[in-house]
Amino acid sequence: MTIVATFLAGILIIVGSFFALTAALGLVRLPDVYSRMHAASKAGTMGSGLMMIALALVADDLATVTRAVAGVVFFLLTAPIAAHLLAKAAYSVGYKLWEKSVLDEMSDR
Amino acid sequence: MNTAQAFLDFAVYLSLAMLTAAFVLTVVRVVLGPTLPDRVLALDTLVAAAIGYIAVIGVKTGYSLYLDIAIALGLVGFLATVAFARFILERGQSETDAPDADGANSSEEGGRP
Amino acid sequence: MMLFFINVLLSLAWAAVTGSFSEINLAFGFALAMFALWLIREQVGTTGYFRRIQKVTSLALLFLYELLMSAVKVSLLVIKPRLDVKPGIFAYPLKVDRDFEITLLANLITLTPGTLSVDVSHDRRYLFVHALDCSDPESTKRDIASGFERKIMEAFR
Repeated sequence: MTIVATFLAGILIIVGSFFALTAALGLVRLPDVYSRMHAASKAGTMGSGLMMIALALVADDLATVTRAVAGVVFFLLTAPIAAHLLAKAAYSVGYKLWEKSVLDEMSDR
Repeated sequence: MNTAQAFLDFAVYLSLAMLTAAFVLTVVRVVLGPTLPDRVLALDTLVAAAIGYIAVIGVKTGYSLYLDIAIALGLVGFLATVAFARFILERGQSETDAPDADGANSSEEGGRP
Repeated sequence: MMLFFINVLLSLAWAAVTGSFSEINLAFGFALAMFALWLIREQVGTTGYFRRIQKVTSLALLFLYELLMSAVKVSLLVIKPRLDVKPGIFAYPLKVDRDFEITLLANLITLTPGTLSVDVSHDRRYLFVHALDCSDPESTKRDIASGFERKIMEAFR
């Protein structure tokens, strides 16, 4: 059991940090602030969530597991709210979309 | 047990390396900007990477107390992002010299419905 | 909601009778109470409760799956040497109208592949969604309507 948990934790932290790395890479490569939010809110949340679950796996103690699950749920709840709030603020203040954006149905409403 | 522990050690070092690379890339975005929302977003990602860092260190050392630190940091990071979003909204103006945010786009300035 | 409360009460009763309020015993008591309610589902009309549990579980599973897929998709997109994105904002006509449901839908949309909700129109009839690949907004709208929105309506109505 502990061997499986240890292997699983190792895989989870590798995958999680890979997601964190791609989030950062997306932050650098994508063209405008709205596109960058995709990378940051999804891959970033996924990465930190996976790594917290890995920590719960090696801790091998129920109180830690429940706290980790609560933390992951908390991240999943707050990450979209933060991204949404930032996007709304940026758009309503007038930060423009990338010039090659194909569609903007929000501008005329 | 030994192979599993060796694999975990390897995983810890590999992910610490990847997280460090993520840190550096995110700092590049903080420095480059070009706009305030970009920087705020990069700081938010920095917090997510820091949570990952703390979790990996927790796995390495075996202290589950790190979990509470990670959760607390997540809370603070969320509040900071919300506060920054409010600030952007209240400030009510955008930088006009953003090099990749200008150009011929159909969106009007301040397209608030 | 009432049935959920009864379920919790029954699990507390189980913990009191067995004399242990540990987490595992509480969880076991909850499962046991759920089983008891399931046994008498015809007599007290708890069929809807179980259908709802099933719908909510299926929504949660769909959400986790979509979250994983979205992280993988964004990662692949970012790693590819040639960045092909056609970003844009489209207006999604909302069928759900309660605040709670709109919030849930907006959050689910944000954490799924290539879409990010930006704002709700003032009359609450449109959700503005930023998409990384906005070349075919109609099919994205169809996906949301037949996926999350339908599941939300099934789970909470």
